[in-house]
Amino acid sequence: MTLSMKWLADYTDVSDITIKEYCDRMTMSGSKVEGYEELGTDVSGVICGKILKIDRHPNAERLVICQVDVGAAEPLQIITAATNVFEGALVPVAVDGAHLPGDVKIKRGKLRGEVSEGMFCSIAELGLTLHDMPGAIEDGILILSDVGLGDIPLGADMVKELGLRDVVVEFEITSNRPDCLSVLGLARETAVTFGRPLDLPPIKKPAPCPDGDCIENYLSVDVQNTEKCYRYSARVVKNVKIGPSPLWLRMKLRASGVRPINNIVDITNFVMLEYGQPMHAFDYRCLDGSKIVVRSAGDGEEFVSLDSIPHTLDSSMLVIADEKKAVALAGVMGGENSEITDSTATVVFESATFHPGSVRVTAKKLGMRTESSSRFEKGLDSENTMPALDRACEMVELLGAGEIVNGTIDVYPVPKEKVKLPLDADVINAFLGVNLTQEYMAETMKKLDFEVSDDLGTITVPTFRDDVRCMNDIAEEILRMYGYDKIQATLSSSATPTLGARTERQNFDNTLHDTLVGMGMNEIETFSFISPSWYDKIRLPADDPRRVGVVISNPLGEDTSVMRTTTLPSMLKVLGDNYNVKNRDVKLFEMSKVYLPTEPDKLPGEPARLTLGILTPENNAFYAMKGYIEAILALAGTEEPVFRACATEPTFHPGRCAEVYVGDVRIGVFGEAHPAVSAAYGIEGGVYLAEIATDALYDCRRTAIVYRQIPKHPAIERDFSFVAGEAVEAASVASVIREADKLVASVSLFDIYRGPQIGAGRKSMSYAVMLRAADRTLTDAEADEAVTTILEALENKLGIKLR
Amino acid sequence: MRETLEKIRKEAMEALASPTAELEELRIRYLGKKGELTAVLRGMGKLSAEERPVIGQLANDVRAEIEQKIDELATAAKGKAMEKKLAAEKLDVTVPGDPIRAGHFHPLALVQRQLEDIFLGMGYSIVDGPEVEYDYYNFQALNIPPDHPARDTQDTFYITDNILLRSQTSPVQARVMEKTQPPIKIISPGRVYRSDAVDATHSPLFHQLEGLVIDRGITMGDLKGALEMFAKRMFGEQTKIRFRPHHFPFTEPSAEVDVSCFVCGGTGCRLCKGEGWIEILGAGMVHPNVLRNCGIDPEVYSGFAFGLGIERIALLKYHIDDMRLLYENDIRFLNQF
Repeated sequence: MTLSMKWLADYTDVSDITIKEYCDRMTMSGSKVEGYEELGTDVSGVICGKILKIDRHPNAERLVICQVDVGAAEPLQIITAATNVFEGALVPVAVDGAHLPGDVKIKRGKLRGEVSEGMFCSIAELGLTLHDMPGAIEDGILILSDVGLGDIPLGADMVKELGLRDVVVEFEITSNRPDCLSVLGLARETAVTFGRPLDLPPIKKPAPCPDGDCIENYLSVDVQNTEKCYRYSARVVKNVKIGPSPLWLRMKLRASGVRPINNIVDITNFVMLEYGQPMHAFDYRCLDGSKIVVRSAGDGEEFVSLDSIPHTLDSSMLVIADEKKAVALAGVMGGENSEITDSTATVVFESATFHPGSVRVTAKKLGMRTESSSRFEKGLDSENTMPALDRACEMVELLGAGEIVNGTIDVYPVPKEKVKLPLDADVINAFLGVNLTQEYMAETMKKLDFEVSDDLGTITVPTFRDDVRCMNDIAEEILRMYGYDKIQATLSSSATPTLGARTERQNFDNTLHDTLVGMGMNEIETFSFISPSWYDKIRLPADDPRRVGVVISNPLGEDTSVMRTTTLPSMLKVLGDNYNVKNRDVKLFEMSKVYLPTEPDKLPGEPARLTLGILTPENNAFYAMKGYIEAILALAGTEEPVFRACATEPTFHPGRCAEVYVGDVRIGVFGEAHPAVSAAYGIEGGVYLAEIATDALYDCRRTAIVYRQIPKHPAIERDFSFVAGEAVEAASVASVIREADKLVASVSLFDIYRGPQIGAGRKSMSYAVMLRAADRTLTDAEADEAVTTILEALENKLGIKLR
Repeated sequence: MRETLEKIRKEAMEALASPTAELEELRIRYLGKKGELTAVLRGMGKLSAEERPVIGQLANDVRAEIEQKIDELATAAKGKAMEKKLAAEKLDVTVPGDPIRAGHFHPLALVQRQLEDIFLGMGYSIVDGPEVEYDYYNFQALNIPPDHPARDTQDTFYITDNILLRSQTSPVQARVMEKTQPPIKIISPGRVYRSDAVDATHSPLFHQLEGLVIDRGITMGDLKGALEMFAKRMFGEQTKIRFRPHHFPFTEPSAEVDVSCFVCGGTGCRLCKGEGWIEILGAGMVHPNVLRNCGIDPEVYSGFAFGLGIERIALLKYHIDDMRLLYENDIRFLNQF
């Protein structure tokens, strides 16, 4: 809402307060100011002059030399190229030292050898448009008599005469206060904030029509949809003379950001800005059947709005129609078919209230949010339609724009009931933590136009304050006028003490988080939504269940249109982006979620995922990645994990991918990205990925730590090297050794060798085996016996022998 | 024999005063099994019973003296050798250390952890909630019925008519209140979604942290106290807060909360755009309709709620001028945190 301070001054006087202070205090009392602008400060030194004489320029064919009377002793000599000037014309003259919009400075100077002491101005040079100055011409000097300003004294300051100077304040009005989308509403707030009187002059009712003509001779109104139209008030104006509005009215509209059109349209806009009640004016001769019908639109009904844009309506929308056709979209915009034109002779003024949601949805569906709809959608006061209508009629008389026909049509099936609420200082003080008297509270409410009962215990809410419905609302009214800054900060001394602590899961996640950072990984944050095409990039087959996800019905774009079911493409994108800017040796992790659909109309599951990504110049980081995975598993303290080769995850290299299990629980998958996947992200070199189900990891964690005795007796270590085919997995060798003899305390692989001595397709694996008995020191003989058992088991089960 | 011993002592001491041979050779010559002193001692048997202890004593003294001298010399020589070795082992300590690189927390995580820790210290617990949420919890339970104009101000991503991507962390409030009777004292950090195109100050996904306190006798003064304590912990002891009236459908009274600029201290600078204050939070007293919707009697209980944007704090705190950096994850950016 843009407020003209000049307009505000009609109702309350804050002229002694600086604009900065005005804005600050209005913000602190609840009318948030976004900023202010001083209008007309970019024009100065422009005065009214009369052209006395025009001579040809001796040295330039296209220029003329004018002698101009600006009310001074001597006329000014001004040279111009304009062709619309004439002797006797009254024009705006920018004299030596004048400033014009666009940082233009006017200086005395010579043009082709002749002195020029200033410049005549066009409307554009004064920062005005044809709408602001109807009657002027665009490509010539402003002839003041063309715009009804032929009687300005010579030498008068044009800024003042044109009413260019004003200060406009931009308010951000919250959705609960549609009453403040008006000059009167803000005047009320201003008056209470600064403790000034609010001076609202009574509206003059129009004089009775001399010929006794009444509205029933013209119009009937049939509100068919009373659910969406609460009140419909109308009056008729006849003998209308369409023309420009007077300058003061145009300047008020201009300051408020509304374009002047003609007197009738300007009146409706003026009343909307002043009263907050949008109005509409129909050309009566366009109403078929002398009838206004307020009804739902038909599905597929065609309608062309005032701005000549065609729309297709549906039955959720409310229209104002005549007997045959829609003439307005209720609360949004009028129709081209009943627009006020220069030849309009009879006008119907509409002042109505509509269902806010209906207006909002209609405006949104048709993409036409207007000054009108943005007010209606917040819920307007039905008691305001008649004052607004009266004000419009008063303006018609004031402007001599037509004759008001007697009578009003006012369809108001369910009049608004006034709401009464208790006012209890004790309750409000206890709630806010302040200490104010009942009297102070009552007085504040009165200033805000609430009625207060004699015993001060009950207030009646004014009809324009639908937002006040309970104690909290009253408390806010009092508090914002008392001052939010006066509340004393306290620390819930009476409240029950609570323990602030992380849950076990939150601690688990944080430890994981800290450890990953400690291990040298950088944390990333990626969007939860991705493009479905990203599943192609990670090679998911068409029937992969991960392609079925939660789909956003109104996405910003394809790239953010589905909730991800895997975090791998997000990680790959970040790796690819880093690769593109030549970042090398990148180790990343993300702790986030995926979104897995459940049943229709039910919320999806949102399991947590830990995603790791490594970018390295060499293709050798599989075991580095596995090292991270093992470290994470060890941190969680899971039972011995099992790593299973996995050739079926399409995103991964089929020979360099493993699934991790703890018992039967799949913890995740990791490995080298499939070369086609790396290529899809533009990466040359090794890409290693892991996607871990954090919830599963948490479920497999060690929940309690129980100390085990440190071995008392020394172990005997034996090292073996075996030769085996490539197909023999290290883990199975270890497992056979471990199970072969109960003296085996631990098995660890310390070397794998491949070479000509071993032969193609074969490898040598070296293991360190620790043998230990809990209750005694082993003898060499016992150890030898165990070794024999181990070697037999290996030969029998895996067919491998000592090298 | 005495003379022989004295002679050995003298010779040995002379030899050891400026040893030309290796110490070990000298040790063998004088003290070894075939050494001179041993030869003398072998002849002890020929001595008389009176002489034997005297000479024995003398022989031991000479042996001890020579041994001590040799040990001294050996220790000194070892020390010298060690010194020489250490000198040769001198390192250039200015050469960089082996690269042991810790990773880096994402700036959002750093801020979130700090926020959590502050509120944990004030007795709040942390609650999580679904990001894909029912319209009911995101809007209706929070006093925002269908067609409410407030729905326009936070353009929402919808999945179906009834399911959406939460546009705020506030639905967690409603879920907690539904399940728990007061006292309630929680924060809920997490991702939220609004259909704003990506630019320097907007992102369709960002993080909020919501706070909720419900108990008997909670006042708006308590809200101010809680936020003041938070602001001082977060931005420094000098920080002041300012409440400005505002409107949120789920709180009444509502306030926008500014903190005094933590760069200039309130005198006005580039960060606070000359205002001296930085808007950081929305807050208010929980609307009685919200309490009722969630099964809590507003006649018995009252409470407050507040919310802040984690991105906003991260941008301010680290002087980051473009929100997009947070989601681009360039390691040259991440390595700075």
